[in-house]
Amino acid sequence: MFKKRKSAVVRLSKRDQVFKVAIYILAILMIVAVLYPMWFVLIASFSNPSDVANGEVFLWPTRWTLKGYKTLFDRDTIWRSYFNTIVYTILGTAFSLIVNLPAGYALSRKDLLGKKWLSILYVIPMFVGGGLIPTYMVVKNVGLLNNFWVMIIPFSVSSYNIIVARTFFKQSMPEGLWEAAQIDGAGTFRYFFEMVIPLSKAIIAVLGLWTAVGIWNQWFNALIYLQDEKLQPLQLILRQILITNQQISANSTGQLGAELQQLAEMMKYASIVVSTLPIMLLYPFLQKYFNKGVMLGSLKE
Amino acid sequence: MDVRTEISTNIPTSRDLRTREIRRKFKTSLPLYVLLLPSLILLVIFAYFPIYGLIMAFQDYSPILGISGSPFVGLDNFKQYFNSYQFLLTIKNTLVLSVYSLIVNTPLPVALAIMCNQIRREGFKKVFQVVTYLPHFISTMVMCGMILLFLSPQTGLLANFLHLFGVKLPDIMSNASNFAHVYVWSDVWQHVGWNSIIYIAALSAIDPTYYEAATMDGATVWQKIVRIDLPLILPTMMILLIMSVGNLLNVGFEKVLLLQNSLNLSHSEIISTYVYKIGLQDSQYSLSTAIGLFNTLINGTLLIAVNWLSKKLTNTGLF
Repeated sequence: MFKKRKSAVVRLSKRDQVFKVAIYILAILMIVAVLYPMWFVLIASFSNPSDVANGEVFLWPTRWTLKGYKTLFDRDTIWRSYFNTIVYTILGTAFSLIVNLPAGYALSRKDLLGKKWLSILYVIPMFVGGGLIPTYMVVKNVGLLNNFWVMIIPFSVSSYNIIVARTFFKQSMPEGLWEAAQIDGAGTFRYFFEMVIPLSKAIIAVLGLWTAVGIWNQWFNALIYLQDEKLQPLQLILRQILITNQQISANSTGQLGAELQQLAEMMKYASIVVSTLPIMLLYPFLQKYFNKGVMLGSLKE
Repeated sequence: MDVRTEISTNIPTSRDLRTREIRRKFKTSLPLYVLLLPSLILLVIFAYFPIYGLIMAFQDYSPILGISGSPFVGLDNFKQYFNSYQFLLTIKNTLVLSVYSLIVNTPLPVALAIMCNQIRREGFKKVFQVVTYLPHFISTMVMCGMILLFLSPQTGLLANFLHLFGVKLPDIMSNASNFAHVYVWSDVWQHVGWNSIIYIAALSAIDPTYYEAATMDGATVWQKIVRIDLPLILPTMMILLIMSVGNLLNVGFEKVLLLQNSLNLSHSEIISTYVYKIGLQDSQYSLSTAIGLFNTLINGTLLIAVNWLSKKLTNTGLF
């Protein structure tokens, strides 16, 4: 069918040319569509608030000011919650790796007695859960309500991460290595800690990053389990600034009201920049691990 | 923990050889159990105890009496939900959001991946990928903050932009019928790039000789996409579709909750936000648990149904 049209090859490739150009134009438009909102938040956070409100800021900051940042940092809640989030992220990620990696390794071993039943035990919670209230009751009963550790311990086990780790160990740890280690007199523990872990940097990086981003962005658990503001993470404080304040600032009227509203708006832009910039700056360097993670995730049986 | 019962129930002690084999296996497995232990303990406490707690869906639970002491009421809690006016409303809103989201978010990442695959300049391709993945890392909280800021009727970016053309922006977030559009399309902005990664990988795994053969036969780029790319990434698409249908009623709870306000509630109250309000704000523990359980059951049924259908139609399935 195509053969007959051979004479039309030139014409067709011209059509392909048009197609190609269209794709590049579309791609550039999409890049702009993704970057512009983020760029706008950045420049708006440095611009005079009334210029932002009146639509005079589009491409570059006007009448530079750091007022938004100053107001934001004057609240000590922002510093404390930032610190809390960093601590939760570091401890939570470490704890989750310590719990999930050994489980993934154990389930990857062929000679594990009861492997099938244990695997099912880990998979069930992926599909069935107690839901909000029963989980809340358990957390309450073990005394983790309003407790620092609620952000680190209860939800650290991830069946999904364990399965991904298991698949990784299965594929990349050759059977012969374990046999050789046994001949050299190493037991399971020594083999796991001295051979498997050093050879698994890729999976540790991937799972660690997933977990860290998850904890960094987590707020709902904090909302229901942490009433004490001293323990609350950044995202929950952001909720006050970005979402809850919305109504209050819209209701205020008059000269003072307008000024307060402008300040509140500035603080919103500034808080977005302050909370998101670290991840955005780190991201290009970590991108390959994230990509690898998506692939690993798709490998699970 | 289960191992000992397994030994005693599954294997008759008369078969000595078999028992010895199991015992040997148990001995080599012992350190592996130690490695499993921390996660098992946490799993039992924080995943299986709550599953046991589902019993309260069938009780008139009171915190003083506890699960063991509260009276059973059968299916009364479910009936109460089915008979309330919130039942149809929450189901409808949940389905609208999830089906809308499914229809938009299934084909778009595929289209993006195919597009990305057509970009031949490596440098530009890299930039394109890094940029389109970027919004995925914005937290739900910040994303919702940005949505509210941009859509703000007087001072928002969109209002100011439309003002340049003399158009006045209505208050989008107070108009309930806009809720689904805002929810779905902001999701597209945030996740379409990230969701395309898996398809980009599937595309890069296609044998280049197919394309060469097609070029020899004079196929256009478009024909190559339709005849080669699409059929070869269909299985990946099916798997992901099954997974998202299995999660159909688990619409992005956090995002909906954050974008809700009293004016758009008629279109934004979904099952999970209702469970949250009934349970933790009104302290109707049993009713809330029953609604949550109902949600889980529907999800499970959908997952099994779609998996069955997909196996019939395309021979790909999750299990």
